Amino acid sequence: MMGQSMQVRPGSFFLLNCIPLLQRAREVVNTDFITNSRVQTISKGLKKQEKNDGGCEWYICEGFQLVLKKQVEALEALGVCPQMKDEILCNFWRCYLQKSKQAYCKRPAGETVKTLSVCESSTDVDSDPERPSLLHLLSLSESEGDLQTDCSFASSVSKVSESTSVYSGSVDGSLYLMKNQKEKLRMTMPMTLSFCYLALLWVREPITLSEFLRFVVEGHIPYMNVFQHFPEKMKLCGLDLKIFCVESWPEYKEVFNKMHELAAFLDLPRFPDITESCFLHPDMLCMKYLMEANLPDELHNWTCRVVKKIGIGEVDFLTLTPGNKSTRKVKYDVLAAAVIVVVLKLLFLLDDHYEWLLSEFAEERNKNNTEGGPYFEFKKWYEVVKHSLDVEQKKLDEEKAKYLWRCEKPLFYSVKNKSKVLKRRQMVVNLQNQFGKLSGSVQRAEKPNPSSFQLSWSEENTDGSCFHGHSLKGVLQEKCGLLTVMNPDYWLCTVKLCNEKLCGHLAHYREVEFPQSYHFVLGLFSFLLRIQPSYIHDEVCMIEHRLFNKKLCKKLKYNTVLRKIKRPKTSSVKPM
Amino acid sequence: MDSLLEDYEEAPAVVVGRKRRRRRRSPATQAALQPLLHLPFLPPQPVSSNEHKLSFKKSKEACLSYIQDALLQKQWKRAAEFLTCYVESLEKDYSREHIGPSEMIWRIGTEILWHHSQSRMKEFSCFMEQMKTLGVKRYLKVCLEHVFHLLCNGQIDEAYQNLSLAESWRFGEQTAIQDKEIKLIQAYRGLLDYCSWSNQKKILLEHGEDGFADLAVEREMHNYFRKAAVNLKEIIKIPGVWDVFVKCYVDLLEFYGEHNEARQVLNEYAYNSKFPANPNAHVYLYQFLKRQGESKKSLISALKILHDIVPSHELMIDFNTMLQKSKKRKKRQMGLEVIFAALDYVGWKENAKAWSCLARQVKQIVISEKHLDWIKQEWNSRKDWWPDFHFSRYLAKRNWQENKSLSHEKALVAGILLGKDCKYFKYVSHQGCKARLKRFRMLKKFVTRHNPVYLRISGPPD
Repeated sequence: MMGQSMQVRPGSFFLLNCIPLLQRAREVVNTDFITNSRVQTISKGLKKQEKNDGGCEWYICEGFQLVLKKQVEALEALGVCPQMKDEILCNFWRCYLQKSKQAYCKRPAGETVKTLSVCESSTDVDSDPERPSLLHLLSLSESEGDLQTDCSFASSVSKVSESTSVYSGSVDGSLYLMKNQKEKLRMTMPMTLSFCYLALLWVREPITLSEFLRFVVEGHIPYMNVFQHFPEKMKLCGLDLKIFCVESWPEYKEVFNKMHELAAFLDLPRFPDITESCFLHPDMLCMKYLMEANLPDELHNWTCRVVKKIGIGEVDFLTLTPGNKSTRKVKYDVLAAAVIVVVLKLLFLLDDHYEWLLSEFAEERNKNNTEGGPYFEFKKWYEVVKHSLDVEQKKLDEEKAKYLWRCEKPLFYSVKNKSKVLKRRQMVVNLQNQFGKLSGSVQRAEKPNPSSFQLSWSEENTDGSCFHGHSLKGVLQEKCGLLTVMNPDYWLCTVKLCNEKLCGHLAHYREVEFPQSYHFVLGLFSFLLRIQPSYIHDEVCMIEHRLFNKKLCKKLKYNTVLRKIKRPKTSSVKPM
Repeated sequence: MDSLLEDYEEAPAVVVGRKRRRRRRSPATQAALQPLLHLPFLPPQPVSSNEHKLSFKKSKEACLSYIQDALLQKQWKRAAEFLTCYVESLEKDYSREHIGPSEMIWRIGTEILWHHSQSRMKEFSCFMEQMKTLGVKRYLKVCLEHVFHLLCNGQIDEAYQNLSLAESWRFGEQTAIQDKEIKLIQAYRGLLDYCSWSNQKKILLEHGEDGFADLAVEREMHNYFRKAAVNLKEIIKIPGVWDVFVKCYVDLLEFYGEHNEARQVLNEYAYNSKFPANPNAHVYLYQFLKRQGESKKSLISALKILHDIVPSHELMIDFNTMLQKSKKRKKRQMGLEVIFAALDYVGWKENAKAWSCLARQVKQIVISEKHLDWIKQEWNSRKDWWPDFHFSRYLAKRNWQENKSLSHEKALVAGILLGKDCKYFKYVSHQGCKARLKRFRMLKKFVTRHNPVYLRISGPPD
């Protein structure tokens, strides 16, 4: 399957139809394939016949398997540990096939597939209220399939009437889309990423989900148009396009949630512990993000204190235990970013007033005293970071607009519109050539190497744009031999958290209701993680509530009228 | 944390709860008597935040707005760069939107190719040919646009070929739907035939002097005439603005002596209410009538309408001259009205001819001491803004430096309307006397003598 080491345990599993085609695929990519004599192929009474168009029979799960293979190979090339492919991901995938009754089971779902040909029973399908009709599926706007809009076959959607048969290149494409999602976790393209990240998490690779998704978007991990690597004989058409041809980038939450669903679906045991020495531990990630955000190293001391105080650095909190509904799923990257935001709030308040006051004080001090490291000036930091952020954001926005979505391999919904599609493709290529010549810019020959840092600040630069070594003395004071913050106040983002399970959010972020500085900091991390600011805001609220839990309790008992504090300057809530 | 939230929620309830419980009971029992309220369904809550997801559609929309920005700033290279990425949306262009990607690409691509310094006409034509295959619904529009660009580039023959080709285009019912475009294409072909005719005419006239009448040239010329006339006649039947076609058609008719038809065409073009209001229609009619040596009366009536539509038209000088010479008082009064109205516009501000017309008429009126009320009537609505608009000290200085005779005419008008103490008159007459120019001394004398007039003009209504 994915490697020679994949062994079929005698007696318990059968290898169904994934194998033969992949063997053929392997012949193309990898010549030194050693046939595994222990692999049993169950033909299900159907021989793999070559269809008259030169294609062969294949199943959707085979397609996904190829996608996963491509992705994991790319990850290997990026340097993940070599066991991940053959030992982890491969096992996850086998487990998925078994649990979803697609293979390795006595009566695979595929058997029923064969008896239910969509063309024959299209009327039945329509009359069956339990099952969404195919026509409906085609026009349905789904989050995962998201081909709803108008992929090259969408024009035919309206034409898909009773008379036209809905078909696919794969054997079970049509059935695949009709399956009831509730009983089985249906495989989708974003799910392939969930699979990969689950495996990465299992081996505790030093990569966060946001980073992983960024690599996907930057093209280091195959995702968009990955079907172009399918072997020649796997013909993609009709409904297959809806499954494999994605037209949007996966979204953080989507992949994240699917990953946890998947972990539960696969009945995976508790994942390896996330300890202090792990990359995903908040203390580690905070260090990384502090560097990337160009903030003083000294702040790390404070993030560690916050992490320790509220217990989010503990193994039980951090380690993923699939199926355990009582614990909150940890977004390691978002959590670390939020810790930094909370620390900034503790030290600088970020109320559009106090941080500037401190900054003036630091500026004054820096002017008069050149000895020792400079005091951290919020204003200077803001100016430097804002400038870089604006530049990078602009670059990113332009890149997004310039992204080329189509690949060489043309796709058509049916043979009927093949010539039309090919003609269009040719015209697009012609026009691209014509205007490419006029654009004057050389097309980027190669994509840049993947980097885990998007913004970099070097202390070697003498222009003073690096703040790593700046000191926090101006905002701290010594009390009983301990350094504490000068700032006596704190404001909570929200007093009451929402129910995440019901509402989908812990809190609700509306930019206008919050100070500009706070918004800027959220924006900075939202850029670094390529997620919406509101995700970080949610996490900030969660941390604040853990941090001020006792104080809030006390306060609420005495003060019942307090409903919602919109940036309150409550002196009673004192930090630490 | 959960317990904290519960505490918080329950706390107010405990305090208020007991007091209110008793009062609440009665509405509750009342409600039991009423039929149950069935709440309507709410739309499903959006689960995933799709709006933040980068999708093909959003990416292309963003791309389009970058192109538009670049076009507005005339950054053709940048626009081309983004268009290169935008063309992909062609592959998904099955939208029924009014302006879909293919139309966008046609319009934007044309603009870029036309302005970009490195683009050649050959590439342009190649682009246009592709655009023609892209949408049958606008096939003829693309053809026309292509022809315009060929004409701008001086490729008359290619343009003619393209027009003929487009005219013979057949595509089911699409041909019928685009009948307006077909008419236009025919009209432009007629126009090009007219150009050929005009060239032949030139050749013939040059050779005509030799007494060597070239029959072949004459026949060919007539041939062009027929082809042009048929198509031009067709288009000008449809209500619209057809200046160039009308002009050419009238030229053809006049050359062959068909004055009656020409007059009919021009009258129709100017006076048919189905046609949009068009000043040029009246200009053409006026010019035609003038060529035909028509009576003053008909000329004046043609210009009267033009005056109503465009009071600042250059023909207003002719109009004023004609009216001033008239024997009828009403006409002369209208003349004054016309020249005052023209000078309300910036375009006339420094036109010596217009000012001399006004000065002449004002002088006449002042000398005859009749109809001072005409001036008064015109001046009434202008006295609060003309002094700043025309007669400032700054303008006096500049006019004096740039154009002596203009400043002379203006000073006369200013002296009469505003009196001898007005800034403009004072400055100009002073400068004129200093330079010992005779006409300025005369001017000063004239204005001083008639100074009381200004009091009557600017005074309260009689």
